[in-house]
Amino acid sequence: MPPKQSSRTGVRSYVGRQLIALVAIVIALGVWAFFPGQNTSPRLGLDLRGGTQVILKPQPVQEGQAITDQQLQQTVEIIRARVDGIGVAEAEVTVQGSGDGAAIVVAVPDVSQERLVELVGRTALLDFRPVWSIDLPTPTVDDTAAADTNDGATSARIVQADDNTPEYQAELAALNCLDPINQGGGTPDDPDLWLGTCAQDGAAKYSLQPAFIRGTNVTDASAGIAQGGVGGWVVSLTFDSEGAAALSQASQELYALPDCAPGGASPCNAFAIVLDGVVVSSPRFNEPILGGQAQIEGNFTAQEAQDLANILSYGALPVTLSVEEVTTISPTLGSDQLRAGLIAGVLGLILVIVYLLLYYRALGLAAALSLGVAGVMLYFLIIALGNAIGFTLTLAGVAGIIVAIGITADTFIIYFERIRDEIREGASLRQATDAGWVRARRTLLAADFVTLLGAIVLYVLSVGSVRGFAFALGLTTIVDVVVAFLFTHPAVVLFGRTKWMQKGSWLTGLDPRRLGGAAAPPPEEPKDKSVPVGASAGNDEGEES
Amino acid sequence: MSAKLSLGARLYTGETSVDFVGRRRTWYIMSGIILLIAIAAVGIRGLNLGVEFTGGAVFTVPQSSCSVEDARTATQSVIGGEPIVTQTGQDIIRIQTEPLSQEQNLAVTSALGEACGINSTDVTVQSVGPTWGAEITGKALQALVVFLILVVVFLSIYFEWRMALAALVALFHDVIITVGIYALTGLEVTPATVIGVLTILGYSLYDTVVVFDKVKENTRGITGQSVQTYSEAANLAVNQTVVRSINTSVVALLPVVAIIIVGAGLLGAGTLLDLAVALFIGMAAGTYSSIFIATPFLAQLKEHQPEIKAVSARVAARRSSAAKRGGGTEGDETTAVKAGVASTTALAPGERQQPKRRPRSKRGRG
Repeated sequence: MPPKQSSRTGVRSYVGRQLIALVAIVIALGVWAFFPGQNTSPRLGLDLRGGTQVILKPQPVQEGQAITDQQLQQTVEIIRARVDGIGVAEAEVTVQGSGDGAAIVVAVPDVSQERLVELVGRTALLDFRPVWSIDLPTPTVDDTAAADTNDGATSARIVQADDNTPEYQAELAALNCLDPINQGGGTPDDPDLWLGTCAQDGAAKYSLQPAFIRGTNVTDASAGIAQGGVGGWVVSLTFDSEGAAALSQASQELYALPDCAPGGASPCNAFAIVLDGVVVSSPRFNEPILGGQAQIEGNFTAQEAQDLANILSYGALPVTLSVEEVTTISPTLGSDQLRAGLIAGVLGLILVIVYLLLYYRALGLAAALSLGVAGVMLYFLIIALGNAIGFTLTLAGVAGIIVAIGITADTFIIYFERIRDEIREGASLRQATDAGWVRARRTLLAADFVTLLGAIVLYVLSVGSVRGFAFALGLTTIVDVVVAFLFTHPAVVLFGRTKWMQKGSWLTGLDPRRLGGAAAPPPEEPKDKSVPVGASAGNDEGEES
Repeated sequence: MSAKLSLGARLYTGETSVDFVGRRRTWYIMSGIILLIAIAAVGIRGLNLGVEFTGGAVFTVPQSSCSVEDARTATQSVIGGEPIVTQTGQDIIRIQTEPLSQEQNLAVTSALGEACGINSTDVTVQSVGPTWGAEITGKALQALVVFLILVVVFLSIYFEWRMALAALVALFHDVIITVGIYALTGLEVTPATVIGVLTILGYSLYDTVVVFDKVKENTRGITGQSVQTYSEAANLAVNQTVVRSINTSVVALLPVVAIIIVGAGLLGAGTLLDLAVALFIGMAAGTYSSIFIATPFLAQLKEHQPEIKAVSARVAARRSSAAKRGGGTEGDETTAVKAGVASTTALAPGERQQPKRRPRSKRGRG
């Protein structure tokens, strides 16, 4: 039968091509994953190796403004620079979502919670302002209304106005600088307005004029011991030409004014260094500063000074960040969770394979091999994507992969049941493996498309651990389709060509007698003409010769 | 040659047939009762929302040498109040408090470390701002709505709008049952639970798509014949796919069971366990609904379509005339499916109850 011969070789080379394509893909993924000079193991998420994760929500520095993607990107870069600046490797800084709904997730191993929050959460909006007056920290007016509004607030209260108005003075009078929240800062000020705020240590209350130097004028910041050996650690600032000129002019003007003291006479000759809305220090000008350099003294420890210098040298964030969620996972718990995830995965895999072997026998073996191929591809992909786009495997991701074992196996079941259907309709094994595939293909593409759709929507719209899960689910779905097309189908077709499978032993899982196919008890009435009984019964041997 | 046909084969040929579609009232009542209980549970008992949704701090002390009482005293010494202290897993103590400031977090951590004789870095801390949880929930709901719209569009294109609607009904069925069980048992709802529920959406649809694909295949050309009604063809499709549905569900549930075993045994409460429990309930409900709810509901929708109505009328007419000729009393609508198999004498047992379609490999050969 020459035409059949040609069509058979056609199918065979087609099957062969698929297997070759699969081998090529697996090798390519392997090379991508193990490319020299990169990590050769999956990047593990914080919950699997321990560390601290902070989720921050950006807010516009000035109320009413919108947050742009560019600002978010800039924020991420600055935070990353700050974290790198303290010498932490493998920090993850990602922005999830966009606009007002965006969240910034920072995950870092081996940094204390306190230090990390300080490091990344700080806007670092710096300005230098001439001091108008210095007062005692206690509220001089008992303004209960103002006090109430401050109840439950998480960031400091500051008073701002475009001039030294009576309202401004009244509000400032009501400000309580003994409240620790008001000493903590975190409310960036508008440099163009007057500012009433507290000292960092709560010792005094300041009324400050609009800024003459801003943080953007700082070109470099470094920590060091104060010259003269007293006062401990200081942060030295270097300004650009504009900042230096402003500093020199202001210092000359202020130097000419009389001294000031808390509650004392004003105007006075001091200026205040304001960081995130709170006065860090208010030195007097002992002499006009002409060199374009200044120092911040604030009773810093060595680490505080270094961290502040680090933060200031990378500039202020374009947004304010509020800490929404802080999670610290101990390394012990991390490794426990990883182990539990791996055990669950292996156990799940074994259960699925045992079930498939019991029910589908030889076909189950093809399914088990397919799961193996899918596993190898997935492992390579996780490593490669960890290197390429910083994909990290979290506990939720591990769960997603374990769940995907079952869903991947479902794909094979759809195919196998289709093969059985075809055999029940009288097809030979060889015909069934092809015809069954054509029908199963449609179903599994539709079903996998729905899963992929869900994964993509979840990934785009959600935050935090949900994203890790969605990514893992989407990845496994794609791998599932590739394996089904390039491995499971060709493997089953090749299986179906073996003599042993053709004989239809019960071990094959495709025994036509049990399935009610061509070799079933003779039907009482003649079969449909298009499927001659003789032809289909004798088909197997006939084609083999 | 004497091998008995397997159950799968008998279901396939229609020799053994369960009337999934015809007995829809039974399934509807069953599901209706379960749904009512679920909705009532959510309404009355409410959901036990985790700290991620309510805001607050959770401290986890692993393998400690201290008791629940020690941990409670240590926490109260720092922040006062009534922290919720529980023991999960083997030696893991979990302390849940109100939202705390950064300083309070640190103070509690070191107090716990001291009380339990461990390094304070081994204490796991999770602290969530009070508004953050609402935001996560909002995003999850947003994702849900977008996903549902896309799925309805896709299914309407791939199948038809009636199938999309039936799939959606089945999906809500599964999700409500899952949420209801969470309300009934008081299991904590965490972001991992939300992930689980969202996965159920995908899986429930996956299952339904597989069954509907067979229904679509079986009912192709249904309007051009008068041998069987749409409901009968759909019922045969469910019977033919029931083995597959059971197998896919068992296989999908096995890894989830593995997670539950390992999660409960090794870790105590945690992401893995939260996720797996939601998945287990939802997937089981998903299998049930794709067979007992989605297809019967679809058949019901289709029987209202004029072309399909006409087919049913023709089938009924043909059967009653056949019954007259044979002198039988068949033709009762309630036994339509059995009648369908018995009266189609033109077809051999083992043949498909649908227009012929030869396997692709045989085409163009005869």
